Amino acid sequence: MTNLELQKYALEVRKGIIASTHSAKSGHPGGSLSAADIFTFLYFEEMNIDPANPFMPDRDRFVLSKGHTAPGLYAAMAYRGYFPPEELITLRKVGSKLQGHPCMQELPGIDMSTGSLGQGVSAAVGMALAAKMDNQDYRVYTLLGDGEIQEGQVWEAAMFASHKELDNLLVIVDNNGLQIDGDIAEVCSPYPIDQKFEAFGFHVINIDGNDFDQIRSACKEARTIKGKPTAIIAKTVKGKGVSFMEGEAGWHGKAPNDEQYEAAMKELENREEELCQK
Amino acid sequence: MSEVKTNVVSKIATREGYGEALVELGKEHPELVVLDADLAAATKTSVFQKAFPDRHIDCGIAESNMAGIAAGLATAGKVPFMSSFAMFATGRAYEQIRNSIGYPGLNVKIGASHAGITVGEDGATHQCNEDLALMRNIPGMVVINPSDVVEAKEAVIAAYNYEGPVYIRFGRAAVPVINDNPNFKFEIGKGSILKEGKDVTIIATGLLVSSALDAAKMLQEDGIDAEVLNIATIKPLDEELVVASARKTGKVVTAEEHSIIGGLGSAVCECLSEKAPTPVYRIGIRDVFGQSGSAAELVEKYELDAKGVYRQVKEFLGNNR
Repeated sequence: MTNLELQKYALEVRKGIIASTHSAKSGHPGGSLSAADIFTFLYFEEMNIDPANPFMPDRDRFVLSKGHTAPGLYAAMAYRGYFPPEELITLRKVGSKLQGHPCMQELPGIDMSTGSLGQGVSAAVGMALAAKMDNQDYRVYTLLGDGEIQEGQVWEAAMFASHKELDNLLVIVDNNGLQIDGDIAEVCSPYPIDQKFEAFGFHVINIDGNDFDQIRSACKEARTIKGKPTAIIAKTVKGKGVSFMEGEAGWHGKAPNDEQYEAAMKELENREEELCQK
Repeated sequence: MSEVKTNVVSKIATREGYGEALVELGKEHPELVVLDADLAAATKTSVFQKAFPDRHIDCGIAESNMAGIAAGLATAGKVPFMSSFAMFATGRAYEQIRNSIGYPGLNVKIGASHAGITVGEDGATHQCNEDLALMRNIPGMVVINPSDVVEAKEAVIAAYNYEGPVYIRFGRAAVPVINDNPNFKFEIGKGSILKEGKDVTIIATGLLVSSALDAAKMLQEDGIDAEVLNIATIKPLDEELVVASARKTGKVVTAEEHSIIGGLGSAVCECLSEKAPTPVYRIGIRDVFGQSGSAAELVEKYELDAKGVYRQVKEFLGNNR
């Protein structure tokens, strides 16, 4: 897929994030937007998946360990064909399969129910281990927040994944630099993130996580690494794509009101028009 | 009061049944995998490890991660049995079990040994008297507390054959083998009447089943005809059996090697208060932490032996004439 196509899908995903959180009047747009390009790349180019066959045994798995950014995942899945994008506005509403945090029993295509930080990565490690035990060659992708890696369980999982040489596991850290209480470096710094994963036995790649060329080349490199898991430390901008949300911790867990919704959608649509003229 | 003799021929820890059952199941079911957290010898998963080294996964001392790995394995069609001491399996990893196993309803079995006060000398940090309460409150979780090695082994097999999360509790100490039925099959959610009676019902689980049986003999000598139920499945509770017996005797005593808060006693009270209000006395650890000592000494101190059950039943009956 060309970068232009990916950029167009990423804009749809971002519009889906804004529309769904606006409709829900709650949710987490900031970290969904920072990871929108990663979601888009994984779902539209990288992973071996079939929306018509979400339980395909040899599919690649994705675990959203930073489960609160479900709006980003849902939007990517909807535009990839798992369910109609019109349903995105049912986010967080009673009876919706789009629970506040991903629920595998509600939505086919969700490989693991997540939301409590630090837990998804362990489940992803378990899936990667199962693949190895069964001599299956599917890959397991898991996306973590940079604040999330303050959870000790992440490092239990990292130690285990490296010990078991799970080279079919790709950990991506969405390093948008902000958590609820502010700058991650000021709240309780997880830096240097790359050196920590290296010390735990990972192959580590640092990239700009809002640049498709860099995401692509890192995912490609990860496939060549044998005998150890890979961690991509993806430097991103929280709120990416909606200028008034960018770099603002306040947009971690707050939905846009009507005016903000209009402004955000207009900005994204303008950007879309620019892309269409390319 | 002299000790009453029973038909007990031997004493074996329930955890032995866990290891044996895992090996038996492992032979037939290649998807069965066993996880441990550096306690394989103590939990008896080492027996499985010896037979099937490729399917035994030692996660190191990291119970939270072990629960998540078990969940991930289950999504890929494995049937994981994760094992540790009850304290760490249900305490340390409680939220992982709730959110990564319980909420998605994954087919993970939690086999926890060294539950209760009979852990003994290690003391209060390791004596988990709260595990049944912690596991019972998770929606969809089946909770089993076998009374002897025979029941323990069959319970593990029943847990394997059940689709969904199951918690099974095992003890460290050797306990009397009370089940002498060679064709015994464990049925989840089914309690049993071990002795019929009309004056009081003693509903026991785990270690306390043998104490209750012995206590019933002591009570008989005093002319008190006690009915003894074995409730191995704490959840779902055999409400039909509990209600029928409560209606018959009109007085109920629960007995467990667990806190009187949240375990069998609570489950029985919840059931009876809704369906057949009956006076209930709960024998168990009375909202205190344990302490070091031999299993036998502690069982006596906390009145979980036959003598302790006898005394407490008598007191309860005295107060409820």
